[in-house]
Amino acid sequence: MARESGLKARAAALAPEPMTVLKQSVLPLVAAFVIPLIFHFGIGPSVGAYPSKVLLDIGINVVLAVSLNLVNGFTGQFSIGHAGFMAVGGYTAGLVTYYGGYRIWGDSLPHGGFLGAGEMLFLVATIAAALSAAAFGYLVGLPSLRLRGDYLALVTLGFGEIVRVMIQQTSDIATDATEIAATSWPSLLWKVGGALGFTGLPFYTSLFWVWLWVSLTVLVASRLKTSTHGRAFLSIREDEIAAEAMGIPTTTIKVRAFVMSAAFAGVAGSLFAHEVGTTLNPGELGFQKSFEVVIMVVLGGMGSVSGCVLAAIVVTVLPELLRSVDEYRMVAYALTLILMMILRPQGLFGLREIWEIWPFKALFRSEAK
Amino acid sequence: MSSRLLRLAAPLFTLAMALGCSGGGSDAPAASDTILIGEYGSLTGKEATFGQSTDNGLKLALDEINAAGGLNGKKLEVRVYDDQGKTQEAGTAVTRLIQDDKVVAVIGEVASSLSIAGGRVAQQYGVPMISPSSTNAAVTKIGDMVSRVCFIDGFQGYVMAKFAHDDLHATKIAVLYDQASAYSKGLQDDFGREFTSMGGTVFPAQAYTGGDADYSAQLTSIRETAPDAIYVPGYYTDVGNIALQARKLGLTVPLLGGDGWDSEQLGKIAGDAIEGSYYSNHYSFQDTRPEVTTFVETYKQRYNAVPDGLAALGYDSMRVLFDAMKRAPSLSGKDLAAAIAATNGFPGVTGIITMDANRDASKPAVIVQMKGNQPTFVTTVYPKGQEPAAAAPVDPAAAPVDGAAPAAAPADPAAAPATPPPATPAAKP
Repeated sequence: MARESGLKARAAALAPEPMTVLKQSVLPLVAAFVIPLIFHFGIGPSVGAYPSKVLLDIGINVVLAVSLNLVNGFTGQFSIGHAGFMAVGGYTAGLVTYYGGYRIWGDSLPHGGFLGAGEMLFLVATIAAALSAAAFGYLVGLPSLRLRGDYLALVTLGFGEIVRVMIQQTSDIATDATEIAATSWPSLLWKVGGALGFTGLPFYTSLFWVWLWVSLTVLVASRLKTSTHGRAFLSIREDEIAAEAMGIPTTTIKVRAFVMSAAFAGVAGSLFAHEVGTTLNPGELGFQKSFEVVIMVVLGGMGSVSGCVLAAIVVTVLPELLRSVDEYRMVAYALTLILMMILRPQGLFGLREIWEIWPFKALFRSEAK
Repeated sequence: MSSRLLRLAAPLFTLAMALGCSGGGSDAPAASDTILIGEYGSLTGKEATFGQSTDNGLKLALDEINAAGGLNGKKLEVRVYDDQGKTQEAGTAVTRLIQDDKVVAVIGEVASSLSIAGGRVAQQYGVPMISPSSTNAAVTKIGDMVSRVCFIDGFQGYVMAKFAHDDLHATKIAVLYDQASAYSKGLQDDFGREFTSMGGTVFPAQAYTGGDADYSAQLTSIRETAPDAIYVPGYYTDVGNIALQARKLGLTVPLLGGDGWDSEQLGKIAGDAIEGSYYSNHYSFQDTRPEVTTFVETYKQRYNAVPDGLAALGYDSMRVLFDAMKRAPSLSGKDLAAAIAATNGFPGVTGIITMDANRDASKPAVIVQMKGNQPTFVTTVYPKGQEPAAAAPVDPAAAPVDGAAPAAAPADPAAAPATPPPATPAAKP
């Protein structure tokens, strides 16, 4: 009895200050809302439309890379079907904003201004995208995550291709308001444009929404890494048998990683679908897109959140900077990747985060202990 | 403040570093004595030959325009960005052209999904865009800023159906199309509808996926239906392989196709297998209209190659744009787009170009036949209701006359120099 109360006292003594708890839990969330606002109202208007468009592309790639990192980096599974989840999310969100827009307003144009009715529909669509992609992640994950290594890679690749081919078989989108109003939702599901792509989606993707989701994704991933659940992910990556011996339900954990990863891929799909100057089309969401994301994760360091963020930025910006050298830019880009892999095979950061590396270490250590 | 908080903020801090990287890189706006025009295209990627041909044709027109003094003494300049055949890249390229480079108009793309991506950006910013060769109907439905100098898929399907019915006297046609391509699927639909309405029979379409290596299953089941011809509205690499395998299986009926066949690669891949097959195209380099002969001559001198349809369309898109710039009261997006839409009877290399109400070029198509690995001019097919009064297009032996624009063309007896004999389907089994 006495021993127990002693433990309680010790635990109470170790408990953090309420203010510290508040700071640690609320402040990052506040930052996650403030940063997108800064992007939207500060940086966006001051840099102009073209850099803003690049910032949108960067953001979408960051969401993709960080979310794939949950599976490929943290859990050590090799998934190459990320674009498939992105497609599921993109088409789900497209259905909501396009046909939802027709049902509500009679057209598919953007409605309302910043955080207006249209953007709320977009938020709903993005959440729907996350949920549907997560559901697919669960369906694919459940049977296939009992597999390992190459076998899992094949299953995910197959999934991505199935999604792509299924979308190619769909029929033309409906463009007539009265026709859409008369058509039931289940039959609208099939009218998403086939191989040409889901054209005519409203442009809702703005710097605010992209960077809001980037902040949330990064926040979830970085907090996960240091949490109990994240440690379970990492233990599977390090040694699956040892993890199982320590009582970690490896299949459950793997499915969990897969579902989370798929959900954020769905979000990225929704952002991609509603971005100015893209057409949501199956040809582009094939395995090449998946490999692009894998490249970002491998480049950034499997398991490093900040590494993946940086790699996504580099992989997006590099071809833009090289645009002036025209045809040779893809050669230069590929060459950079090859050199990178030879000189730093573990990726930019390996498993470490940016604050664990020399010049930045000092920066973040200032008040430690 | 604890270091843990800082750590949580660190990934977000990393993001802020993105700004430093992406802020730069914008080029200085064009000097005021030049007028800047934007171009985006697939200069790399899997449809690279299309983008490069278009670019060649466009640059040729540009140099001719500048040599003739430009627009009121101002030189024209084209800035071109590669989009790798990806829509996201196409959108970025057009955004950059319009917002950073301040171009007055944009020319691009070949593939329809890319034209749609770029066209929506152009529409958003109110800058006119001309697509040289995107044939999907959805492209110009984006809005009043987007137009094109080529015909649309529906017309091309009609052209081949009419040719197959009237000239080849085919009654039963099998179809093999690329299900992964909106272009191929669109042509397949339109051809089937038109040919059936003319009283012919179209067997249920067989599908393949672009890049497939083996077509024998589809071709075997096509062989069983004993068609008079096979419609294969795909791209040249697939079509070449399909032709090789069809001949191997003993299918000797001619293949029919669309402008996706138009590459010198087709003859190289298929060799004798493609001999005697027909496709519809935007123009034939053997046409003897003066516009065509001068264009082919200068193009050959400069690039040492025979211009394909995409080069001709690139050339025409630049010249249609310049013609509109001359007529427009100002170079503002609205005026220029209206001037482009008002294009009427423009004597282009690819025919007399008149923009219809949807800003699609309404003009004839040509049918060419593969002979000795060269596309050889066979006949011209006009849009419904625009057939020249005299020449019944039913008879390919009669020289097609340029009749779409009465004033522009001297009634030259424009036929192929070595007019091929009336089309008879080669060797019916």
